[in-house]
Amino acid sequence: MRSKARVTFAGTMCLVVSFVAAAPPAIVTAGDGAAVACASCHGVDGAGNAQAGFPVLAHMPPAYFTKQIADFKAGSRANPIMSPIAAAMSAQDIEASARYYASLSRPDPKSTTADTTVLARGRDLAVGGAWDRDVPPCFKCHAADGLGVEPAFPPIAGQHAPYTVSQLQGWKTGARSNDPQGLMKSVAEKLTDEEIQAVAEYLASIGQGGEIE
Amino acid sequence: MKGAAGSWLCVLALGGVISACNDFPPPETAEGTPAETSPVVAAPAGFTFTPPADSDIPANEIGAAILLGKNIFVNTQQYAKDFVGNALNCANCHLDGGRKADSAPLWAAYGLYPAFRQKSGQVDTIQTRIQGCFLYSMDGTAPAVDSAAMTALVAYNHWLATGAPTGVILPGQGYPELAQPGFVPDMARGKEIYANNCALCHGANGEGIKARGEYAFPPLWGEDSFNWGAGMHRINTAAGFIQANMPYGLGGTLSEQEAWDVALFINSHERPQDPRFQGNLAQTRDAYHDEYCLYGRTPRELRAIVTEQGGGT
Repeated sequence: MRSKARVTFAGTMCLVVSFVAAAPPAIVTAGDGAAVACASCHGVDGAGNAQAGFPVLAHMPPAYFTKQIADFKAGSRANPIMSPIAAAMSAQDIEASARYYASLSRPDPKSTTADTTVLARGRDLAVGGAWDRDVPPCFKCHAADGLGVEPAFPPIAGQHAPYTVSQLQGWKTGARSNDPQGLMKSVAEKLTDEEIQAVAEYLASIGQGGEIE
Repeated sequence: MKGAAGSWLCVLALGGVISACNDFPPPETAEGTPAETSPVVAAPAGFTFTPPADSDIPANEIGAAILLGKNIFVNTQQYAKDFVGNALNCANCHLDGGRKADSAPLWAAYGLYPAFRQKSGQVDTIQTRIQGCFLYSMDGTAPAVDSAAMTALVAYNHWLATGAPTGVILPGQGYPELAQPGFVPDMARGKEIYANNCALCHGANGEGIKARGEYAFPPLWGEDSFNWGAGMHRINTAAGFIQANMPYGLGGTLSEQEAWDVALFINSHERPQDPRFQGNLAQTRDAYHDEYCLYGRTPRELRAIVTEQGGGT
């Protein structure tokens, strides 16, 4: 993907993301009817918004992205904001936004205010897991750098902590259940709330460079 | 098939140690029960062993060797590349860096050596046992017994076994020995189980999945996987590993029958040749593969043998 990337201009806006990227499609910048522009919440750089709970989309595998939109459409993943937007997205909208966000590099992580012992606990779980409870490390499936494995495993490094917490809690409670083979449920239900918070804080603290043991 | 075939279930995984070449069907003991070949005893009921934490690795010379051993074990591709011929890391089959019970943990293997093994026909030390891993599971070249890589691996093994008794089969040692399945393992069932439970990570064709040029999930067959001499090519061994450990986080969720079926399917594919092969498949099979495997056998031939020996209907 990156080999094809080039600096482009969209209207009068000069796109300067962390690296270089293709021009964003209309669905990202302008939307398509009831399908609100992706960038209005997730940013044209795919960085999302931590406080509002909008996830980082940059560098997400197209197949994973597409599946999430399809699941929102089908109701197998539910979200009051995304469900109606997904319902209004055309096949072209989905394909174009998926391709665009996949082409972007992960944003640099925000500086964290989390306690160092919390971050260390989170790192232990992400890198080493808790196999005595049959909890594999995050990085066993999401790659050693946390940047994901196409097609099914999204990047988690650099994701906003509140979003990661909300999703892990969703799997734990059953509010989210569109994970293949119940893999995320099996992990989340074995984690305490403190562990979920710790691993989310840790993942938010690493970014494009990821973490390689 | 009595005689030679009667002793074909030789269990030989690392940690599965030692050749328990029992009459078929095998007794329901932990895999690797060294039977009459080694003076070992079972741990007392309720005994559990916990290896030390990584944070306990001392900051001195031996600590440096332990850490290198851990790095080699977890990331063999990077730290011991010269000795590896495929895409695997030791920790692909010994989960949690060789700590996980029922995943051939190193702390349970260490104290069972030296031991006589049918596979090698000699008394193996932990070093020569590890050499076997490189030759077969890693499809590579064995590091010398006195090499830096071997010293580091032994240091890591020994350290993980800190406080463990010698000559005792610890709970969680080796891979679980599953009971014979009710139904003879079946390729068609195995293929479907593979597609539904394994392909997400290992690929539709067992090829593994790479991320940014590195294998994120290991290939299960083909030229980058373990060779035909590796313990994991035996269907009983693979079934035990799979049932206890796969998929990640979901160990124990496949039924034993499903594990047998999918192990058969996985181990029905091509992989690198057994390094003991000298040009004649049937000879190699007869000399080294008197075991539950498809080396030099068609699935139909294996099925006939298994059925005759009471390994399901």
